Amino acid sequence: MATLAEAPAPQSVSALDFARRHGASLAVGLFLLLLLLHGLLPAWSLVPPEAWALPFATWINSFVVFLQEDLGLVVVTRGIADAVQFLLDIVRNLLTGGRRGFGLQAVPWVMLVALALIWGHYLKGWRLAALAGGTVFYLALFGQWRNAMLTLSMVFVTVPLAVLLGFGLGILAFKSRRAEQALNPLLNIMQSLPHFAYLIPVVVFFGVGQHAGALATMIFATPPMVRMTLLGLKGVPENVVEAGIMAGCTRAQLLLTVQVPAARNAIMVGVNQVIMQCLAMVVIASFIGASGLGYDLLLKLQSLRIGQALETGIAVVLIAIALDRLSQAWAEKQPLHRERRPWWQEHIHLLLAVVAVVGSLVLAHFLPEARRFPRGLTLTTAPLWDGLVDWITLNLFDALQVVRGFMLVEVLIPLRDVFLWLPWVAVVIFAGGLAWSFGGLRAAATVAGFLLFIVLSGWWERAMITSYMVFSALVICVLIGIPVGIWAASREWRFKTMQVMCDTFQTFPSFIYLIPVIMLFQVSDLTVILAVVIYSVIPSIRYTMIGLRAVPSQIVEAGLTSGCTPLQMLWKIKLPLALPTIMVGINQTILFSLFMVIIAAFIGTRDLGQEMMRALSASDTGKGLVLGFCVAFLGLTADRIIGDWSARRKRQLGLA
Amino acid sequence: MDSFKGAYPSAHAADVESGTQPKIACRQVWKLFGPDPAGFMARHGGNPSAEDCAREGYISAVRDVSLEVAAGEILIVMGLSGSGKSTLVRCLSRLIEPTAGEIDVDGVDLLGAGPRELIELRRHKMGMVFQNFALLPHRTVLENVAFPLEVQGVDKKSRRQRALEIVELVGLKGRENYYPRELSGGQQQRVGIARSLAVEPDIWFLDEPFSALDPLIRREMQDEFLRLQSMLHKTIVFITHDFDEALRLGDRIAIMYHGVVDQLGTAEELVLNPATDYVAEFTREVPRANLLSVASVMQPGESAATGGEPVRASQRISEVAPRVLAGDGPVPVVDDQAHPVGVLTRERVLDMVFGQGRGAGGDAG
Repeated sequence: MATLAEAPAPQSVSALDFARRHGASLAVGLFLLLLLLHGLLPAWSLVPPEAWALPFATWINSFVVFLQEDLGLVVVTRGIADAVQFLLDIVRNLLTGGRRGFGLQAVPWVMLVALALIWGHYLKGWRLAALAGGTVFYLALFGQWRNAMLTLSMVFVTVPLAVLLGFGLGILAFKSRRAEQALNPLLNIMQSLPHFAYLIPVVVFFGVGQHAGALATMIFATPPMVRMTLLGLKGVPENVVEAGIMAGCTRAQLLLTVQVPAARNAIMVGVNQVIMQCLAMVVIASFIGASGLGYDLLLKLQSLRIGQALETGIAVVLIAIALDRLSQAWAEKQPLHRERRPWWQEHIHLLLAVVAVVGSLVLAHFLPEARRFPRGLTLTTAPLWDGLVDWITLNLFDALQVVRGFMLVEVLIPLRDVFLWLPWVAVVIFAGGLAWSFGGLRAAATVAGFLLFIVLSGWWERAMITSYMVFSALVICVLIGIPVGIWAASREWRFKTMQVMCDTFQTFPSFIYLIPVIMLFQVSDLTVILAVVIYSVIPSIRYTMIGLRAVPSQIVEAGLTSGCTPLQMLWKIKLPLALPTIMVGINQTILFSLFMVIIAAFIGTRDLGQEMMRALSASDTGKGLVLGFCVAFLGLTADRIIGDWSARRKRQLGLA
Repeated sequence: MDSFKGAYPSAHAADVESGTQPKIACRQVWKLFGPDPAGFMARHGGNPSAEDCAREGYISAVRDVSLEVAAGEILIVMGLSGSGKSTLVRCLSRLIEPTAGEIDVDGVDLLGAGPRELIELRRHKMGMVFQNFALLPHRTVLENVAFPLEVQGVDKKSRRQRALEIVELVGLKGRENYYPRELSGGQQQRVGIARSLAVEPDIWFLDEPFSALDPLIRREMQDEFLRLQSMLHKTIVFITHDFDEALRLGDRIAIMYHGVVDQLGTAEELVLNPATDYVAEFTREVPRANLLSVASVMQPGESAATGGEPVRASQRISEVAPRVLAGDGPVPVVDDQAHPVGVLTRERVLDMVFGQGRGAGGDAG
């Protein structure tokens, strides 16, 4: 780009125009040129010299000390920590019995099974009832009860707090343009910070333990609620708002009786997202001492007790699916008029719930087994799974070892070396050039700023290792995801089935995906990449499918009447039109991969994630946050470039 | 509402006394969209041309509109999409702030009303119906209709009572507890109409109320609208892009084009004397025989006609055409007091209905 700036003034406009039109090719060309000249480039342009590294971490840490000690924030944070701990204790003791549960004994497991059944039936009928009731019964039957109750108590405390906080901020952003402008970039960064990045500052400000986990979870889960509240309020049709004004609403009446209720659907989607985010984060919060299923899972994975880990994992997955479906059914439940019925029919579910509560308490009084599931009756399938793992190790070890060895030695390690060999100058020019040609000068400046931060943070090489793993995973995801998406989009039933599968797999907390891969491949880069692929292939499939199905039927018919073969239809009509949507999917795949690569750090990687784990165990906020920003900026760079491209392409195609 | 009347000294006190005061009067109303509309107006002496707007990136949705609506009148504002008709009605209800101009309601300056007064005005004096019904999805029919009463704090029993009455008035009895999405489009708009009438407003704004409905339902709703108006006698500003609808419902029609009211008059005036080519284009396909009166087609004067039984000047051409066309001489025309006022010839009727005649005293001699 420097050469362009030096172009003589009279021609500069047309030269700029030309460059702009071919910006992408120019960026690629310049990138390749720099790679060819690799040997001639000065050393500082290859790997950022250590002397350049700015002490961001130290600055942040001294700022934290200033906040905590000089400003006395420590009093505030301690107060918050105590309040959250208090809430947690109450909910927890109600569920499992204890001092702060108002002296009550633990809730009988039969009561929770019954309530889950009734709630599920109320929201959507028998199938949901079976899912919800069955999940609770699984927890009792497989001896996961206590840990599950700990996890659920975290969810029950964090979800309402995150919903309230997000809802309030959403309304604030809706009411004040300035607040929205301030919140928007903050939310962008928050949503691209990996889970771990939230843990470290929370540890510094709030210490370790249950309450710290809850706070990290709450902060992590709030952004989607803010976004959905804002989106919902903005999406209320203008006519409806005008109708409210013409009815003579005051501003407060307009907000509370017109806008918020009319935005209910979007807001409920936000609640659903908060629940899922909370569950995912509660599992990961086990790293900072939040007990429950996540902690259990962590211990079992670390000691490679795969069978038991799998059982715990299934408990987490079941809870995730059940909570997701319940909250979705709640969000989708639309009011219907009914003929007048006797009051007991009108409130049948409420009555049943009361009966269930009273009945189970009475039952538990006489029959202790109804309160605590008898230990002798619990089942476990762990030996079966351990046997399977043993069998795999014994019989498939050589074969798997060959695959693993080949992939590592022939593919992954050379690829990693290429990434490490790339001069940072070339990478910045490449990304900046693409951003410039798709989104203009501002986009280019933003992207360059993101990458320069990484250069100056001193974590360039680690960031390149992270990028290499994300890139490898991305390639596999695209190779799998797009064909599967094409396959699924071609028939109605495949589309529907695949959508249900995508929905289901996406609800699993990312952590879970590590279990099966460790079973097969033990610990290595390959394991990490495979786990990442399983997790992040979903958006590639989903958006390919959606993009292809969204091609207007008249265009397809026009293709058919022009005599396209099915293959021509795909190549010449459907794929080009679906490409912008597919790219949105790929963008998400990249973000998902980044998160998962970082999470996978705890089974052993050598990238930003590993450093983040170290920062976590040393409670080093500064380092942790700087690493978090590095990850976030990698994600935001990809997001900006692909997002701009996709938006531009949609405009060109007239789809936007 | 008395307080509102009293709050602002009327600019037209004389009109009030003479009893001819319009219900709504707007003078030189402008609505510009752009970075600094007020400054832009000031720079161009309060009258920027279309070129000025285009050059500086302003959009003039409403340009220098002056019109009056009499009490009990149905004024139709007619134009295609983007003509500014919706913006104009939103200026009249102050859903949008006009950039310049004056608007009086009952002789009181509407633009001077503060937020509180505006809320009072909307709670008692204005009702509005929207194109896409704009019902509140989370409320039943009854709750939607009672909503304007609810926000002004009417107690639950009386607002229920009132809502039930109006729901019955618009023909939705038995559907009170349905939710909007359980109703057809026509039924939903009946709810919209009922809601706008709940507070018994004097002024009724209807913004393309029937445009989203099927043609047959639309026709039915137009009849329903006329039935209601014959009972309620509201002052109405009715927006539409459908000229047939305008002809059926309107006392007077304002045709808007690029933010300007090209012409305002009765349907007959528009057809006979279109002020601009645009209006002429619009009115070309109108079935004239149903629209024009004998008076507008006859040759005026007291000439002695031979054609026997006279026709009345106020009759429509379609009513008298069979007689005039069947007879061979000119037919005498009389006014309502049976004074002869002119003659109607066969040639004139044929020319008017099928040709391009321009009405009484026109070129067709």
